[in-house]
Formats: sequence, C-alpha cells, structure tokens
Amino acid sequence: MSERKMAAAALEKLKEQAGINRASLRGKTLILLGAATCGRAVGALEVAKTFRDEIERLQLDAAVVEVGCMGHCYAEPMAIIYKPGFSGICYGYLNEGVASRLVQDFLVEGDPCVEFALAATGINDFIPTFQDFPRGIVEQKTVMEHCGFIDPENIEDYLAVGGYGSLAAALDREPSGVIKEIKASGLRGRGGAGFPTGLKWEMCSSSPESTRYVICNADEGDPGAFMDRTILESNPHLVIEGLAIAAYSAGAGKAYFYVRAEYPLAVERIKKALQQAAGLGIIGKAMLGAEYSLDIEVFQGSGAFVCGEETALIASMEGEPGLPRHRPPYPAVAGLFGKPTVIDNVKTLSYVPLIIKNGADWFKATGTEKSPGTAIFALAGKLVSTGLTEVPMGTTLSQIIYDVGSGIAGNKKFKAVQIGGPSGGCLPEETLETPVDYESLSKAGAMMGSGGMVVLDENDCMVEIARFFLDFTQKESCGKCTFCRLGTKHMLDILERITKGKGQPEDIDLLLELAEDVRAGSLCNLGKTAPNPVLSTLRYFRREYDAHINEKRCPSLMCKDLIAYYILPDKCERSCDACVGSCPVEAIFSNEDRIKVVNQEKCVKCDSCMVACPPQYRAVIKVSPPEEVLRREREKGVK
Amino acid sequence: MGDKVKITIDGKEIAAVPGEKILWAALDNGIYIPHLCAGRDDHSPLASCRLCFVEIEGYAHPVPSCTQEVSGGMVITTRSERVDRIIGTGFELIMSNHRTDCRACPRNHSCELQKIARERKLKLKPARLPRLDRDLPVDGSAAKIKYDPNKCVLCGHCIRACREKGAGVLGFARRGFERAVTTFNGSPLGESGCNNCTACALACPVGALALKE
Repeated sequence: MSERKMAAAALEKLKEQAGINRASLRGKTLILLGAATCGRAVGALEVAKTFRDEIERLQLDAAVVEVGCMGHCYAEPMAIIYKPGFSGICYGYLNEGVASRLVQDFLVEGDPCVEFALAATGINDFIPTFQDFPRGIVEQKTVMEHCGFIDPENIEDYLAVGGYGSLAAALDREPSGVIKEIKASGLRGRGGAGFPTGLKWEMCSSSPESTRYVICNADEGDPGAFMDRTILESNPHLVIEGLAIAAYSAGAGKAYFYVRAEYPLAVERIKKALQQAAGLGIIGKAMLGAEYSLDIEVFQGSGAFVCGEETALIASMEGEPGLPRHRPPYPAVAGLFGKPTVIDNVKTLSYVPLIIKNGADWFKATGTEKSPGTAIFALAGKLVSTGLTEVPMGTTLSQIIYDVGSGIAGNKKFKAVQIGGPSGGCLPEETLETPVDYESLSKAGAMMGSGGMVVLDENDCMVEIARFFLDFTQKESCGKCTFCRLGTKHMLDILERITKGKGQPEDIDLLLELAEDVRAGSLCNLGKTAPNPVLSTLRYFRREYDAHINEKRCPSLMCKDLIAYYILPDKCERSCDACVGSCPVEAIFSNEDRIKVVNQEKCVKCDSCMVACPPQYRAVIKVSPPEEVLRREREKGVK
Repeated sequence: MGDKVKITIDGKEIAAVPGEKILWAALDNGIYIPHLCAGRDDHSPLASCRLCFVEIEGYAHPVPSCTQEVSGGMVITTRSERVDRIIGTGFELIMSNHRTDCRACPRNHSCELQKIARERKLKLKPARLPRLDRDLPVDGSAAKIKYDPNKCVLCGHCIRACREKGAGVLGFARRGFERAVTTFNGSPLGESGCNNCTACALACPVGALALKE
C-alpha cells in the first residue's frame, strides 16, 4: 500500500498543463501588485489601474498581477517588477504618479528608478535584497514564503511552486502515517492554546463515529491582529491544502472554513480557490484519483468575538446563539452536531503541507524544543515598520521590535508590547529579551495568542490600555457565565473610575482579587484570559496605577479627565492665532499681553490646538494633574 | 443501570451511578453544594452560574460539579480555600446584580440565594462590590405571574419549565451584561402567548418570576 503513487501521478499531469500555461508569461514584464486588504486600504487598486492604463496606452508587453501581501504593510501599496534582464525589484509607498513614472522610466527606458526601490528579490549589483536588512536576517519565511509572490486567484501559480504536492503525497499514504508525521513534527496549535495538532487529529480519527468534521478557524478577532486574513488573502490554496490533509487524516468527509464576514476579500478568495481546486479535481469526489472524497464549505461568522472560541464557533454553526459550552467533551470527541470535529487555526493548517513536504525533522530544526517551527506575528502600534512577520520560535521580542519592526516611530521611547490580543498581556522593556514561545511568554505574563503584537510608546497610558482591552472583552462577553458577565463588568467599572481620577487605594487589591477569580471561575477562555491585560499591567506598571489613584495624575498624559491643555507663555508667539482658530469650542483667548490662554472650563480636550500650534513654537502642552495649570499660572502671576 | 461506583465526598463513601454528575450524587446523599443553574435532566449542563465548584484529588484546579461525571475511586472535597474563594466571589457577583428586597419577596425563606448564603456563611449584601442594578421595568402584564428582571440570576429554570409545561415563550436573549430572560421580541408576558401555567414562577429559585398575590 505504501507504494501508492496514484495521486502524485494525477497531480503531475495537472502540473504539466499548468507549466504550459505559465510559459506564456515568460519573457514578459510582470508587475506583482500587493492587493491584499492592507494594500487596498491605501490605494493599491488605484495604483493597479494606473499601471494597467499606462501599459495599455504605451502598448507594452507587460502584465499586472494582483497578489497578496508579503508582510511589509507599512510600505503599501507595493509592487514587485520583474523585467527581463533585471532581478525582481520591489517598490514601496506607491501612488498613481510613481506608478506612471515607473512604467515610463523603467518599463520603457530601462531605468530601474532606485530612488523608489525598497529592495530586490534577487542578488544584483545595484540594489540590496531583503536579506541584506536586519529584518531579512531575523525573518524566516516558510508559511509566508509565497505570500505576495503568487497570484492568490490563480491555482496555476500555486501548482507551479509545488502546491498540492503534499496533499497528493498524503493521499498516497495511510491517514495514520500522516498523523504520525504531524505528531513527530511537534506542531502546536497556532490559535493560541498551543495544543499538539497531531494529537488532536488522532483523537478525532480514533473515534468510533464515522461522521467527522474538520473546521478551519478563521474567525480572527483580536484588535491589531491580521495574520490569518493576510494568509488567506495571499495564499488561500496553502490553507485549503492543509485543511484537506487534516480532513483526510482525521477521516472527515466534510470540512469547513469558518471565516468572519468582516473579511470579504478573504471569503472571496477562498471561494474562488475552492472552485478552482474542485474544477481540477484536486478537491471533491475521488480527489486526485484517490479513494477519498472531501467537500469543503465556507461558513461566514457574524461578528461575535467569542465565536473564535471553538465551542461557541460550533454552536453558531449549528444555528444556535454563539455561546461557549463546557469542555469536556472536547470537539475532537463531540463537536459539530455532536460528531468528532477537528478545529485548527489558519496558521496551524498552513504549516501542514510544509511538514508533509519537507518532513518532521525539517520542521523541528527551527524554533525551540517545546515550540518548534516559526511564529507569525502581526506587528502593529507605534512601530516604524508595521506588518506581518514570520520568525523562528525563540526569537527575542527585541529582535522582532527593533530588527523587524525597525524600532519605535517618531523617536519616542518604548514602553510596552502587548502580545496575544485582549487575552494577552503587556510586557515592559526589561522583558524584551524574552524568547517568543508558548512557555516563555506565559511565564512573563502574556501569551502567544494568535500572534497579534501591539507596540506601545511613552505616550500610552497603561491603565488606559488595560481599560481598553477589558472594555473589549466585556463588550464581547456572551453573558452566559457569572464571572465573565459580572466580573469583567465590575473590573471595567473600577478601571474607568481609576482613569477618571476617582480610584481609591483599595481598588487595586479588589481588582487583583477579581482578576484572579474571573480567571479561575469563568466558563470559557474568553473569560479565563480577560483579566490578563489587567494582571500584566498591574505587575509591570503598578506605578502608573498608583499615580492615577494617589496623585490623580496620568503620567503618560493620555487619560482625558486627568490632563489639561496649557499654553506656555514663554513659547507662545502672540501674533499667531493658529490655536484660536482651531479650537471648536472657542476656549482659547488672548490675554492683555496677547498671550493665548486656555479657558479650562470651556476646553473639551480635543487636542486641536496642540496639533495647530506650529512646530517652531510648540507652545501647547498637556499637563497632569489639571491643577498643574493653576499652579503654573500662579507662578507666572507672581513673577 | 450499570453497577454503581464508589466515590468519596468529604470523607463520606458514596455509591453513585456511572455517568452521573458529582453534583447530583452529592445532593442525593445529603451533601450540599451550592448551585443555581443545574438541571438534573440536562443533556448538556449549562454550567453558567459557576457556584458548584469542588476539588477532585488529582485535578489541578477546582471543577464545576454539575459537569463532572463520577468515576470509581474519585475523592472529592466540597470545601477548600480555593473553592470557597471562587464560590464566595461568584456569589458576591450574583448578589451585586440581584435586587435584594427579601422582606417583600415571595421567595423569602425559600430562596436559593438565601440557602447558599446560609450554608456557606456568605453575606447577602456584597461587601466589596457596588450594586449593578439595571433598573429594568417589572412586567406585571400576565394574569397570574409577575416578572422582575432585576432579580433574575439567569439560571434558566424558568425557560426549561416553560418549554416543558407551558407555552414555551421564555428564552435567553442579548449578550454580555445585557443578557436576560425574556420573550420573543421582548413583548410583555401578557402579550407573549403565555398561558399562565405558572410553571416558571414555581421553578424560579430567586423570586424573579413569582405568582401574583
């Protein structure tokens, strides 16, 4: 039986055809335009149109292909131009003007316009490659290898880079053999909990029930996280291949994509990819000639964060309200419609084809002993280079923030990094040497989570950040169990009191007690992890809480009730009226010395004057506590 | 009925039916564990009130006894520092959201909350937490029943009773702090199709749904 090669042979035949079709592109100039959601948000589609119009106008032999995202979201819209005779060159920060110039200068006249180039994709004499930058050295792209380089809407591109080879190889093996390989690789769930994937599959496959399901969980909802979206938009076939292998191994005849409806482009691209795969006979009845049939359906989630929790996800698919259920039984034993169900995150499934292709040892060679492989993080917040990155497990936080993310934007000081979304924690500067893996991050008080990483600078108030995340979980609590419904509500009320300067010294102890009890008592992981942002900020930034409570002062000048706007008389230019004009409530007036003064009673703290004050003066400042204004005014009056 | 298994709760040896949940095995043998939402015939327990935690030897954390099946040789303790703390806070949270008006309440002296407070020596008035009264209107539109949602602890007994014995008009609605037992579209009970069977009022352990005097 192990000598089966049927599926592989069937795929080879398909690939031959794909190769023929792609040959028509060879010798032609190719523009790969990043058109995932991140690119589209800053005008990628307009840039694509300009490229196409200009190519049409000049009658050039070039093609524009809309691809996904290669991770450098900060530089979107981006394009990689392959022109015969040149190595591929990546251009960033494009707009319509730059696009038409690239067509004229590079495509027509052969000047690669290095002033717009970010990096080259291949070694050459003029432009450094991505690997020449610190980011390129730290990064190790496996799942993301083809993201941004292949057309997500064309299965031929995926086939040309070896796609579906692992599915064919898996179909030629026994399901138990595939599970053995995944188990040996030590792959752990990338959704956050880190459960061994192979074990989950084995539990499901050994069930006496013959009807089984596999679900790809793409209900990514953490604020600041966009890994799953990017992968689905950039390389949907990779996830489909992983899902199909999982379904084959678990013995499921039906698989689902559970994608949140807020990801319309991802939904569109998955559906298109599924159609293409089914059209070629890669997915479907007796797929690739094997004795195995699989039906894959897309299910759109309707916006509840808690539906990313597997039991709530299942409930919502069954037509019930999306409320979590008690575990055990775990879905692998009794899941969708009571049948054994494997639920894996997008990223987890994306690793599967790579492990089947390269072997468990290849996978284990990267990362740490307990957390093998790479980790994918969405970098957001106050970084220079936000975006998506894939680094080996065990890379330190500082490498990710300073080498990959190029440090803090605006010459500000680093304060904390929030990892793991609303279930994660805030880690301060002294923990930056922590390696990223499941155990180390939990020990430091955060968690791996699904991979969202929000970097905060000195202007971010940690009490306010804790309040923000708790506000999120409190609003997203389904309300089923006592601790999450009422515990998070009380905690949020306390935090709101503190940020308004009405906190009492005993509030901190109460907050700690409630946090621990909500963690211990809640029904599902939304409640169990909701206190993490509070616990971690209390652990590392207790001083800020104390300043809010004891001095009614917000050290980061962020909490509106604890700050006031003040115009420095020494710096105010007097004849300039920028701030006066910008104030929407006419709170700024000129005193007898023609110095501008803020009427504190009228001021709504909208920040407009601070923005309006010309940078050569910078006369408007924020002070905390608000009484500081009186003190300063009195001081000036005495002088 | 399979052979009974032996378990130990608080040092007392008990014969329990395999597959039975710890909570019912304990209650049937005179050992009290606080609980609000558990229903004996539930196929899949709601496990939402979070008051029935117990310690089981070999388990890292306290577990809700309404979901945990007994197994032979299980050693269970209903009280420990951790269990008392979770239940204490859980009860305080519930009480912070329960409009307490015991003297005027038809459930006075037969209230499940009073019983939990008595059994576990807990205070009915939350000591650390402010009240979270939602100030919802009391629904007196049905002929025989009065519904005060401000007293409701979301245990779901009324919903079960309404489905089994009544017209099946009650259900959970909304999310988070707004979650409530209500009728379709939130219409008053009197216009909801309620047939005044009063099963809900008899089932309600805290006097949120009660018979009109």
